Amino acid sequence: MSERKLFAHELEARLDELLLLSLRQRSAAEPAALLEALPRELQERVLHWAGVAAQTSDDLGWLIASLAATQAAGLGAQLDDWVRAGLDAYDRSGLAATRKALNEFTEASKASALRSQDSVAFGAIEGRLSRFLHALDGRALRLVSGPKAWTDTETLWLPERLDAAADAAGNRRLYKAMAALLWAQTRFGSFNVDPEPELEQWPDRERALAWFAVFEAMRLEACIAVELPGLALEIAGLRGPWPAELAAAAAKLAEPDATVADSLACMAALREIGVSPAPTLPHIGALDPVAARRVRAARITRELAIVRRALNVIAAADTKAGAAENSDYPPLAAEGEMQVPDPQADLLALPPAAREAAKSLMQDLGEIPPEALHPAGPGAWQPVDGINESGAVSVTTQPDAFYDEWDYRRASWRHDWCHLYEMEARAGDPEWVDEVRTRHAHLIRSIRRRFEALRGEDKPLKRQFDGEEIDLDAQVEARADRKSGSEPSPRLFIHRRRIERSLAVMFMVDMSGSTKGWVNDAERESLVLLCEAIEALGDSYAIYGFSGWTRTHCDIYPVKRFSDRYDTATRSRIAGIEAKDYTRMGVAVRHLSGLLMRQNTRHKLLVTLSDGRPDDFSDEYRGRYGIEDTRHALLEAREKGIRSYCVTIDRHGADYLPQLYGPAHYSVIDDAKKLPQKIAEIYRKLTG
Amino acid sequence: MNTAKPASGTDVRGDVHTPATPLVYLASEPYYHATGDELDVFEAAAKSCLPVMLKGPTGCGKTRFVEHMAWRLKRPLVTVACHDDLTTADLVGRYLIVGDETVWMDGPLTAAVRAGAICYLDEIVEARKDTTVVIHPLTDSRRALPVEKRGEYIEAPPDFMLVISYNPGYQSVLKEMKPSTRQRFVALDFDYPEADTEARIVAHEGGVDDTTAQKLVKLGGLTRKLKGAGLDEGAGTRLLVHAAQLIARGMTPAIACTAAIARPLADETDTRDALDDLIAAVF
Repeated sequence: MSERKLFAHELEARLDELLLLSLRQRSAAEPAALLEALPRELQERVLHWAGVAAQTSDDLGWLIASLAATQAAGLGAQLDDWVRAGLDAYDRSGLAATRKALNEFTEASKASALRSQDSVAFGAIEGRLSRFLHALDGRALRLVSGPKAWTDTETLWLPERLDAAADAAGNRRLYKAMAALLWAQTRFGSFNVDPEPELEQWPDRERALAWFAVFEAMRLEACIAVELPGLALEIAGLRGPWPAELAAAAAKLAEPDATVADSLACMAALREIGVSPAPTLPHIGALDPVAARRVRAARITRELAIVRRALNVIAAADTKAGAAENSDYPPLAAEGEMQVPDPQADLLALPPAAREAAKSLMQDLGEIPPEALHPAGPGAWQPVDGINESGAVSVTTQPDAFYDEWDYRRASWRHDWCHLYEMEARAGDPEWVDEVRTRHAHLIRSIRRRFEALRGEDKPLKRQFDGEEIDLDAQVEARADRKSGSEPSPRLFIHRRRIERSLAVMFMVDMSGSTKGWVNDAERESLVLLCEAIEALGDSYAIYGFSGWTRTHCDIYPVKRFSDRYDTATRSRIAGIEAKDYTRMGVAVRHLSGLLMRQNTRHKLLVTLSDGRPDDFSDEYRGRYGIEDTRHALLEAREKGIRSYCVTIDRHGADYLPQLYGPAHYSVIDDAKKLPQKIAEIYRKLTG
Repeated sequence: MNTAKPASGTDVRGDVHTPATPLVYLASEPYYHATGDELDVFEAAAKSCLPVMLKGPTGCGKTRFVEHMAWRLKRPLVTVACHDDLTTADLVGRYLIVGDETVWMDGPLTAAVRAGAICYLDEIVEARKDTTVVIHPLTDSRRALPVEKRGEYIEAPPDFMLVISYNPGYQSVLKEMKPSTRQRFVALDFDYPEADTEARIVAHEGGVDDTTAQKLVKLGGLTRKLKGAGLDEGAGTRLLVHAAQLIARGMTPAIACTAAIARPLADETDTRDALDDLIAAVF
């Protein structure tokens, strides 16, 4: 590349070519003029990314080019990350979001240049804090970042970044103290009394809430001190001593039976004297009693319903079976330290989901309200799904998993790009399998014979120091040695070592439309023969079909899970494998290698049966993009210790296969009819 | 552990070589705090010659319980820690060569059968599948151990008792016990004791005061809530006792808990840091 900067007219021409601007009656003159000032290297980066973005959409390309023209100089080396953030936003929510994300990125990078080294980001401490909170007593809390620190009693919001303390350790402590106080709000009932009557007396609601937060912090710190004295000390160290005029209130609120009502009483007392602004302390978050109490009320209704329904079922079971108690579940009282009244006896027998609800109710109300204990007429126990707070989404429309996809042009991920559904595999005609088995009876017999020889068996290792049996040959030799005066060998035993074929195999079967006809028949026949062979070996194996139609419909069909037997149901599912839509392979590889990883075997093998290259409905996945994504997925699998192999029926040769699987990790079969004969042999060679 | 009597196997045939046998005679009472009816159930099973299976998470007192029962029933104890290369011969016995002779040596199981001892197979699921089958004839009405290599059929005396333990918390499918094995046993469920009881155990075993013991138990309870959220298993009572013992030696609680609880439990940074935070919070 020459070092010479590109002039504006050259830049304009190249942008025009990349983005087809003249067709859209836009002019690149303005961005080109701005870009002219940049060094050549940066100019080329901008042009490169404009081109990449234009492959997704011309508008996106234009947006990237025009924004880069004004911002690239400031971004410098961060340009690549900047563009990726923008592309990511485009994938998620379109063009407007991209513009917003790009501008935010620029702001953030400017801010971070000014920021001290000692600040701590939420992302850096999230994992640690969420585990910490998870271990603490009480209802499970979600941890997310937001503009201010507060909780609605189910989610904790913490600021994006903290830099109030002098060093990083101090900022981490601050995060912990903040989170702990918010946890304490939910654990020790900050929202159990309606504060509105008091708050309404204050002319300035903001100020009232700030004081409420301070008094609650005093009370909660004392609550924390009972169970977690170390944590309370740390919080006290962060805040320093309370101001002298508040010491009396702090002492009163530290009494063990103080409740939120006492905090409100303190506020009333303060109001009488006259109100000053509340002291600002960095570790005290905000209070939003209205939002929190709304969430709390919804939760109480929901949980009451759960508990009542569960009690209904128990009552019904009691009258039916006359069973006095159900000892399957450990008693609720396991939470010994929780200062709650004795749970009513019936609750001991609740199923786990309902017990959680009951515990949560006790946290909110201090007891299970009596009305919950009276079963509400007939009605069967329903799993909790139906009353989800999200407003009940029907399960079938929700993808089972989201997967990232690799975009080679961006050299980065498209996040949660593929929507994966695990569909039910259609059952076919079981007689078809019987017919195949009869037709190939001879072949099956010989395959079985050959495979049985491979089965893991005891292998005697001779001449060992130690073993179950005496090695007579070695013993005779040793004796002769001794007689002749030479030193006898001490290796006199046979040790039987079991050679175990610790192997799990995943067969990934292409169900794309192109397999229709011969190929599909060949695939199904091959699977029957493979099953027969592997049954003889005793390896654990699974068969999944994959197909799909764009990134939002990637389907996986479990034909045989690892736990399924090779029985009539499985056989008829093999018979039911049919040609469907397209082959978006990367997502299938990712999902199936995830399933394979759960197998506790030493070796793991992913075998793909397909009839050609990765392909999908849109032009995008066809060609290099799809191959690169699949290759990346296979590399990820290899990093996890999965070996992959591909058996393909591709009459057009398969120039892409070495690139995907590596040399010697694939077989090309030019005639579908030969697949059944060859497949078992391939498998034997592969695993022998 | 208090071993007292020098060991000597019961020779039935004269040519049985008995080196240092694994039989342990417990002279003083191993400390055990009962949390339910396990003592009575075990004793009744022992009297009825039934084998017993102990289920529970790691470090909750299964092994100690067996030691205690061996002492209580005044029977010798043989403990075998099972591992994935444990063969039948390792349990039953094998021929050794001494000079020009072959000498038979009883394995721990055979020794226990001959002596009328309690044979405790710890973490039985770890053993090879074919190995577990040798215990089958000992666990039904036959109550006998065939020793194929010697052509011997040893009938178990009434005092012989087989006890196995396993941890159902492990997720692996491969480490499931076969129903044909499971259904031979009287089963006792073990779990971490209630907080008060556990504190008493930690104080007694670790030699710390009640307040420290309560704090350790509190910490233990918090780590158990992390099961499945960063930890495979929370801190067992054993780990708490270890920490207590370090504290009793003059270490600060923070150092003792980090060394004895946090580090053995987790390698991953976030979880380790969270455990450190919990330790700092409790003490």
